[in-house]
Amino acid sequence: MRDDAMHTPRGKNGRAPDVFTVGGWVPMQEYREDDPVDFAIVGTGAGGGTLACRLAEQGFRVVAFDAGAWWRPLEEFASDETHQAKLYWTDERICDGEQPLQMGSNNSGKAVGGSTVHFAMVSLRFRPEWFKARSLLGYGADWPIDWREMWRYYAYVEDALKISGPVNYPWGPHRPRYPYRAHELNAAALVLARGCDALGIPWCPTPLATLSAPRGKAHPCVYRGFCVTGCATNAKQSALVTWIPRALKAGAEIRDLSMVRRVVLDPNDRAHGVEYFREGRWRFQRARNVVIAGYAIETPRLLLMSATPRFPDGLANRSGLVGKNLMVQSNQAVWGLMEEEIRWYKGPPSLAMTEHWNYTDKGKDFFGGYCYMSQGPLPNAWAAVQTGRGLWGEALHSEMEKYNHQAGLKIVGETLPQEMNRVTLADEKDAYGLPIARITHSLCDSDKRLVQHALDFMSTALEAAGGKEIWRQEDDTCHLNGTARMGDDPNTSVVNADCRSWDIPNLWICDGSVFPTVGGVNPSLTIQAIACRTADRIATLRSRGEL
Amino acid sequence: MTANRPPRYPGYDVLLKRESPSWDEITREVVDERLAQRNTPRFCDDAQWRALDALCTVIVPRSRQAKHPTPDGTTATARADRWAEPSVPVAALVDTKLFLDDRDGYRDARLPPLRDAWRIGLAALDAESHRAYGAAFADLDETQQRELVTRMQCGELNDAAWQGMPCKIFFDMRVLHDIGSAYYAHPQAWNEIGFGGPANPRGYVRMQANRRDPWESSEAKPGREARALEENRRAR
Repeated sequence: MRDDAMHTPRGKNGRAPDVFTVGGWVPMQEYREDDPVDFAIVGTGAGGGTLACRLAEQGFRVVAFDAGAWWRPLEEFASDETHQAKLYWTDERICDGEQPLQMGSNNSGKAVGGSTVHFAMVSLRFRPEWFKARSLLGYGADWPIDWREMWRYYAYVEDALKISGPVNYPWGPHRPRYPYRAHELNAAALVLARGCDALGIPWCPTPLATLSAPRGKAHPCVYRGFCVTGCATNAKQSALVTWIPRALKAGAEIRDLSMVRRVVLDPNDRAHGVEYFREGRWRFQRARNVVIAGYAIETPRLLLMSATPRFPDGLANRSGLVGKNLMVQSNQAVWGLMEEEIRWYKGPPSLAMTEHWNYTDKGKDFFGGYCYMSQGPLPNAWAAVQTGRGLWGEALHSEMEKYNHQAGLKIVGETLPQEMNRVTLADEKDAYGLPIARITHSLCDSDKRLVQHALDFMSTALEAAGGKEIWRQEDDTCHLNGTARMGDDPNTSVVNADCRSWDIPNLWICDGSVFPTVGGVNPSLTIQAIACRTADRIATLRSRGEL
Repeated sequence: MTANRPPRYPGYDVLLKRESPSWDEITREVVDERLAQRNTPRFCDDAQWRALDALCTVIVPRSRQAKHPTPDGTTATARADRWAEPSVPVAALVDTKLFLDDRDGYRDARLPPLRDAWRIGLAALDAESHRAYGAAFADLDETQQRELVTRMQCGELNDAAWQGMPCKIFFDMRVLHDIGSAYYAHPQAWNEIGFGGPANPRGYVRMQANRRDPWESSEAKPGREARALEENRRAR
């Protein structure tokens, strides 16, 4: 029974799982497949889940599709890293380039709620200047959105998720106090704090999307530490327990276990609906508008798979940029041994952080910025770090035995958009008979210099905090953005500021793929802010008759 | 060959918490299934299984440790005979992954899919072993096995049996990844490193350094071995 959700759809027969009660159900609106709904949305994560909610709340008739299962966290999320791999997108992808990516656990979700079901909850705003990175900072591309407008949407999302965070944030222009108080810091977080204090830079409790006080039927975080393998108490404010329940209440339908293979165009080259696989056969849902929100790999894959004789290179690809400018974030770390017992398995993994090197431009020999955070990998994740440095045999065991004294600092670092970093279709097919994604990735020199700068700085900080046996993990990446960038010019972008594709006016893209640059913070808050903005813009366009 | 090694967390056993508020039903179910795993193959043939089992013992030797009581009441561990039943059935856990074709979501373009990579890799390891020592990998002594594994890690093996698959990439992305994650998914490994284990719904209270909740492991720092043993027996 425990993997029932992966085999039998739950969003059916007028009801959907109530994630807040054991075995409970809530009513769900259903739409007929031949009913041209206002929006068919592909993906229900930070982009699609948020957009489905906000569009439904503004009166649109919405059906959202997810390839993954509709989990009941209270009953089905085990305290077990291995078992919880069921939350990851583990369909095959081929990775090449100079730094082939590792996919799955830390960047790809397959579930209603998408990757937010297993994200680390770090909820940071972009630095304002990043929205004009080309003009103001001399790299990447400008966004077609003004930071002050984003600032309003950030505040909206922070309140919607009851983000816990500090009263005063040390960097950037004023922002309101976070809705919920900051969490208590664990010992791993205080190591970061000591290092920052010693080097004279600010730090703060990390703004996190996990409850520090009760909220409705969800209670505060119990510091169980299994955050990135799925929260079993609903303290984590994932799309699964926030936007999706709101979307259902507002009349949206969510179809789980529904893999979309193609956006279908009508004879006038407008989107007509989507073909999707559910319960053993291919189906078709009509829609007046289609939104793709599959994240930076599946979104371009679907656009490329939807090619027609008129659009042989895939949909919305006049610029030739669909699939290009894939941007990861660098995710290197320094690790060290502390005299005291740290026991970093307790609490959310990244309770303290510093954005110093996002907001400081002096003393850099690279473009972009990075933040760094305290860490708390569970045994399997930590073993992967240790085997990743080549340890085996008794050397592996004795290093692993130091687990409870370990501390670490890890970056989320900006990488530059490069067209050679891209998603294409491979010849190999997946279980649906669809071509799998090939992901080509290499770091540029600036990216590498950023990493070296960060590793040097963090080594000094960890040593100053009392760390011994310090070593550098040089190879990790996280998060995926780009591949369908937004912009002002149809020749150099795929969608406009409203996430509307230049080529097909009723085809939209709303997820991390639209990022022209990726910044040095985790992207989920920005993806959700853009989704909220997009919903408002769509409502405005409707009122003007421009939809 | 290994002398007795006193455990860092004597007497600590995450399974003592199985009926406590730190374990929920779904967690009991999935860990029980892992503990019930027998060390027999469902995917590998005989030759593959012998090579895989031997390779697992080289990569995570503590999966074959024997436990025996010491005079002070703790359990010391030493290397068991390498043909003894393993205390953690790592090879069977890897074999199950292959049987289910349970993939990770990405594949380095230099490697074939999961099952093919292992089929080729295990056959190549035996071929290299025959070439260097005239015997199957499982029949080598430990020194020879470690020697061969080291050469695999350094990318120095290039028998035709590799079929063009780079041995170093196979070693890094498959051998270490699959075997390491199988061992450290087992309660024995959690006990060894003093991990709290499953923690729903109870979670933790004491977040500061050098503080432990009564249901957490206690470390046997020099001079406090007896106290650690006592605390670990009550850690439930």
